[in-house]
Amino acid sequence: MSTLIIDYEMGNLGSVRRSLEECGADVRISNDPKDLKFASNIVLPGVGSYSDGMNSLNKNGWVDPIKCAVSQDKIPLLGICLGMQLLSDYGYEGGETKGLGIIPGKVIKIEKCSNNERIPHTGWNEVYHNDKSQLFSDIPDGADFYFVHSYCFMPENDNTILATTPYCGTVVSSISKDCVFGVQFHPEKSSRAGFQLLRNFLHII
Amino acid sequence: MLKTRIIPTLLWKNFGLVKGISFDSTRRVGSVMPAIKVYNTRDVDELILLDIAATEEVREPDYDAIEEYAAECFIPLTVGGGVKNIEMIKNLLRAGADKVVINSAAYDDPHLISQAASRFGVQCVVASIDARCNSDGKYECYSHCGKHPRSIAPKEWAMKLEDLGAGEIIITSIDKDGTMSGYDLELIRQVANNVNIPVIASGGAGNYEDLYKAICEGNASAVAAASIFHFTEQTPYEAKKYLNKNNIPIRDSRIRNQ
Repeated sequence: MSTLIIDYEMGNLGSVRRSLEECGADVRISNDPKDLKFASNIVLPGVGSYSDGMNSLNKNGWVDPIKCAVSQDKIPLLGICLGMQLLSDYGYEGGETKGLGIIPGKVIKIEKCSNNERIPHTGWNEVYHNDKSQLFSDIPDGADFYFVHSYCFMPENDNTILATTPYCGTVVSSISKDCVFGVQFHPEKSSRAGFQLLRNFLHII
Repeated sequence: MLKTRIIPTLLWKNFGLVKGISFDSTRRVGSVMPAIKVYNTRDVDELILLDIAATEEVREPDYDAIEEYAAECFIPLTVGGGVKNIEMIKNLLRAGADKVVINSAAYDDPHLISQAASRFGVQCVVASIDARCNSDGKYECYSHCGKHPRSIAPKEWAMKLEDLGAGEIIITSIDKDGTMSGYDLELIRQVANNVNIPVIASGGAGNYEDLYKAICEGNASAVAAASIFHFTEQTPYEAKKYLNKNNIPIRDSRIRNQ
């Protein structure tokens, strides 16, 4: 049983693979949805736009198999950056696009609250998680993670919010529902805190 | 709060790390891989790796080497040098770069920026501007490692690059590069005050106060530096301590918890 990284031609798969391996995972990158069945956990990475991401998941036949893997087979899934955003019902980057619909909510553009704030939200920022989840075990509340994004997840239910980050008001930086998790930041590029988060994810059964 | 990034710049030429003055007379200062490993363990916020010979030698970036470097880098890695088409950007991202720097090619083909932004996302497109102050006191952009004047002011070019879809701008003063005499604050301010995307200041850092000034007086979102770390005892970690004391938000749990 291995950790499966979904290859849908959207992103920094190499970085994600390397950091998961550094955390002790047996990693497999796959472009075949049939492989989901054999995964112990699933990572949906991704950089790029929402509409391109969904088009690519649709084109390669990933949508139903991903839904089935998390809802029926209860395989833990971690969405990173665009991968987290695609868990929503709808996104508005590149035109209104239907998402995976796994965690209720929509993905909209970040709006500046002050002149000092620049978009994309780029750099290291604090993640406040209030120790709500195993995903953040042994990570200090307010630890810095690396962000780079212009759109953000607006969950329909507050109880799916795992962590928030102060920028342009508040950005939802992590979400979860059942065995599905999403992080807006890049754990694979967040040094020690990032490794800890990935190790925590690998230990979720 | 979003932290101000301190970014060592690694200039890479023929397998070695080099550093020059005003884009000229480079000398070798070490090897790439050990530098990446050291910076990676020392809590720097990001690394910029520029292959400064690629454009001149009209060749592709060395993707295999970049893949090896990226595999050791668990912080954001921005890679540039000789990037002139979508295929190259795709290959660099695939090799493990998180962001790609585009400089010379954007003047001849501005749509490269918009194509890259729509294909790979604005967050991975870093537009680089090299500029110098001409004898008439006006700033002008230069491409091809400072060799070709482009008859456009950095401020205007920065606004254009933002419109095209760049996610970040790195502004380098050719006059100040390698001199360690401080950033060109006026140049940085002109760019930073006219765009809404993050701006990285580059060229001239000689001490920690220079970094502070680029942030507070130049309004930069991040500071890039090379010589200060290659040729002096000053380190990114000490730089952060200095900035933290002067109320600049920095990333380092060890410092903030004290």
